[in-house]
Amino acid sequence: MLFPPPKISGSANANRVVVTGAGIFTALGSGWKTNADGFRAGRTAFRPVTLFDVSRQRSKIAAEADLPAELPALKLSRNNIRRLNRASKMLLQAAREAWSQAGWSAEENLPVVLGTTSGEMSLGENYLQQAVRFPRAKNRQPTRVVHYQIQRQGIDLCNAFGFHGPVMIISNACASGANAIGHAFELVRSGRAGKVLAGGYDALCQLTFAGFDSLQALSPTICRPFDATRDGLTLGEGAAILTLETFEHARKRNAEILGEITGYGTATDTHHLTQPHPEGNAALAAMTAACASARITPEKIGYVNAHGTATPQNDATETAALNRWAGEHAKKLPVSSTKSSIGHLLGGAGAAEAVVCLMALRGQWLPPQTTLNEIDPACRFQIVREPVDANIEMALSNSFGFGGANASLIFRRWA
Amino acid sequence: MSRVFIDGLGAVSPAGWGVAALRDSLENHVPLPVCPLARPGWEKPLFVRPVPPPPARPAFFAHPRLRRANAITQFTIAAALEALGETVSLVQSGAVRLGIIVCVMAGSVNYSRRFYEEVIKDPATASPLIFPETVFNASASHLAAFLGSNSMGYTLVGDDGTFLQGIALAAQWLADDTVDACLVIGAEETDWLVADAIRLFHPNVVHSAGAGAILLKKNSGAIAELATVTDSFPFTQFQTRAAAARRMRAQLPPDAKSELLCTSTQQLPRLDAAESQAWRDWPGVRVSPRAILGEAFQAATAWQCVAACDGIRHNKFAGANVSVVGANQQAIGARFLKPVF
Repeated sequence: MLFPPPKISGSANANRVVVTGAGIFTALGSGWKTNADGFRAGRTAFRPVTLFDVSRQRSKIAAEADLPAELPALKLSRNNIRRLNRASKMLLQAAREAWSQAGWSAEENLPVVLGTTSGEMSLGENYLQQAVRFPRAKNRQPTRVVHYQIQRQGIDLCNAFGFHGPVMIISNACASGANAIGHAFELVRSGRAGKVLAGGYDALCQLTFAGFDSLQALSPTICRPFDATRDGLTLGEGAAILTLETFEHARKRNAEILGEITGYGTATDTHHLTQPHPEGNAALAAMTAACASARITPEKIGYVNAHGTATPQNDATETAALNRWAGEHAKKLPVSSTKSSIGHLLGGAGAAEAVVCLMALRGQWLPPQTTLNEIDPACRFQIVREPVDANIEMALSNSFGFGGANASLIFRRWA
Repeated sequence: MSRVFIDGLGAVSPAGWGVAALRDSLENHVPLPVCPLARPGWEKPLFVRPVPPPPARPAFFAHPRLRRANAITQFTIAAALEALGETVSLVQSGAVRLGIIVCVMAGSVNYSRRFYEEVIKDPATASPLIFPETVFNASASHLAAFLGSNSMGYTLVGDDGTFLQGIALAAQWLADDTVDACLVIGAEETDWLVADAIRLFHPNVVHSAGAGAILLKKNSGAIAELATVTDSFPFTQFQTRAAAARRMRAQLPPDAKSELLCTSTQQLPRLDAAESQAWRDWPGVRVSPRAILGEAFQAATAWQCVAACDGIRHNKFAGANVSVVGANQQAIGARFLKPVF
């Protein structure tokens, strides 16, 4: 039953939540190692867009990913695989890695929580184009309708790994991936679920690209978060999936633990549909709530993976919020935005950046921003500009989205 | 464990603006008339059940955030305000932390279609005013801004059954003391694109629009008590639609003559088969809002819940069961009971 929930043993919110599998697929490549190497070196993955025509757009680049020719072995039928589109393939790549790493087997009632903004939007685009240009033609339209819908990608995950469970999809704009992991964390911590598969994904598509371009939010040059001369974001695409379970469950089966999630906070910014409050009130509230959830103070955080889109307004707001939240600690606080490497994954961003935090904690290094020219003087914190080793115990990841969706997650090193 | 109660209901539907209009149409048991909707490229129109204009222009239309708001946002806010009632002022003053969960399937399809049509013509001139309104969580954001609510807010996307997942999520937030009250809203709007798409799966499905809202509170509430939200049983290659429907039904009462059954059937035997079979032995009263009002996905499930709780509020039933065998994701159900303190 979803309600009333199963009886919770011990005290509520007593479970420690650990990550036993993490999969990632971005423009840097497929898998933990390739991506970790790229993030650690501050590699950038931007290139001219080839998926659709951008000749009439201000921006002409994105972090476009190369899909492998074949998917890994899954329980999907050949017909099912043939109908998968770009976002689904990236999602399944990431999920396969996480699933294998965790060593999970198919079972009943395994919850899935996903974050995305547009799912398989390119199929929706194809549907509309055909519906307008050839109003009587129905060929391939039913398949597009079915596979365009976001819930289909969640069902594909169940089919691919052979399990049943509630599929929940959170679409809170660019905070979706962080919300999905945060919700999964709360399910496990509270004892409502022993294990949850969670993450986020989004693929490049023309509607979204043109949308951000119409807002003049895309950089005509290159994504430079927290740079004094930043001029916008660069879109990316990809997916990241985590397997979350109780520490007790992981310990009993001798699973390798990649890290621990200790805090989650959210807040809604009601200032404007697309513009955050200039003082970053909701961003501050989300970070503060995450610290309260983790029962720590900001001084305990050794690295912040910022939302850092590189739009003038977002970074100014996040800077104000980070300065206020960290206080005196800001001077020593390393911060970077890995969107400078893989672009903005929208609904996948929070999940991919969660994996980056786990990589940094596990490897004891900080991911640099190598595109930065001149640091915005408003930043009181330390922007990581060069590859560097570090001694960090906890990391915080920020995700802020359209509609005022703000979410922060806190991760702890597992040693 | 905390008890969770329903303390407010709201609805906008093809029957009109308000729960009373919804109640009247369901009590008449007569499908509402359909209206033509132009389908570009066709001589003949599609037929839908749109929401009629409001009897008077709602005051909230004048709010700065809502001047460009699309139909789905207008329906969302109207249903939310009706469900909140006097709680609105408590939310606006900050005395009540209100969670907001908005559930959609097609979402903001008017603006999404319009924006992409502009992109096809010339992406360099596509409107920056429209694009932000295409985002799934735009309606939830406008509602939060209108109420001045900074608390938790999720937009859930999925098939018709997701609204019931939203109710379970609200109960979780209340139990965890994340919020003091929580609105769960299902909302959709009509568009030729959606009406065109659902015809591909059954020619007699009538697309409709609107919203339904329920306000949940912990340990107090006048209308109904949330007794059960079943597990979500997904339709996968390992579990058929019929099997999922049977398992959902097994988690609700086997035989409750004094209770209402509110189904997601549409009087279309092929689409209804799994759900009809699962409930073939139900001895009590049944109602199927979609058969009267049309297919409005999450909004239609919200109407089911509103109708169920409204029946309890008016002492017509001691309890009410909501059954949803969704479009393409899950079978899920819920049960509401008359509150006893």
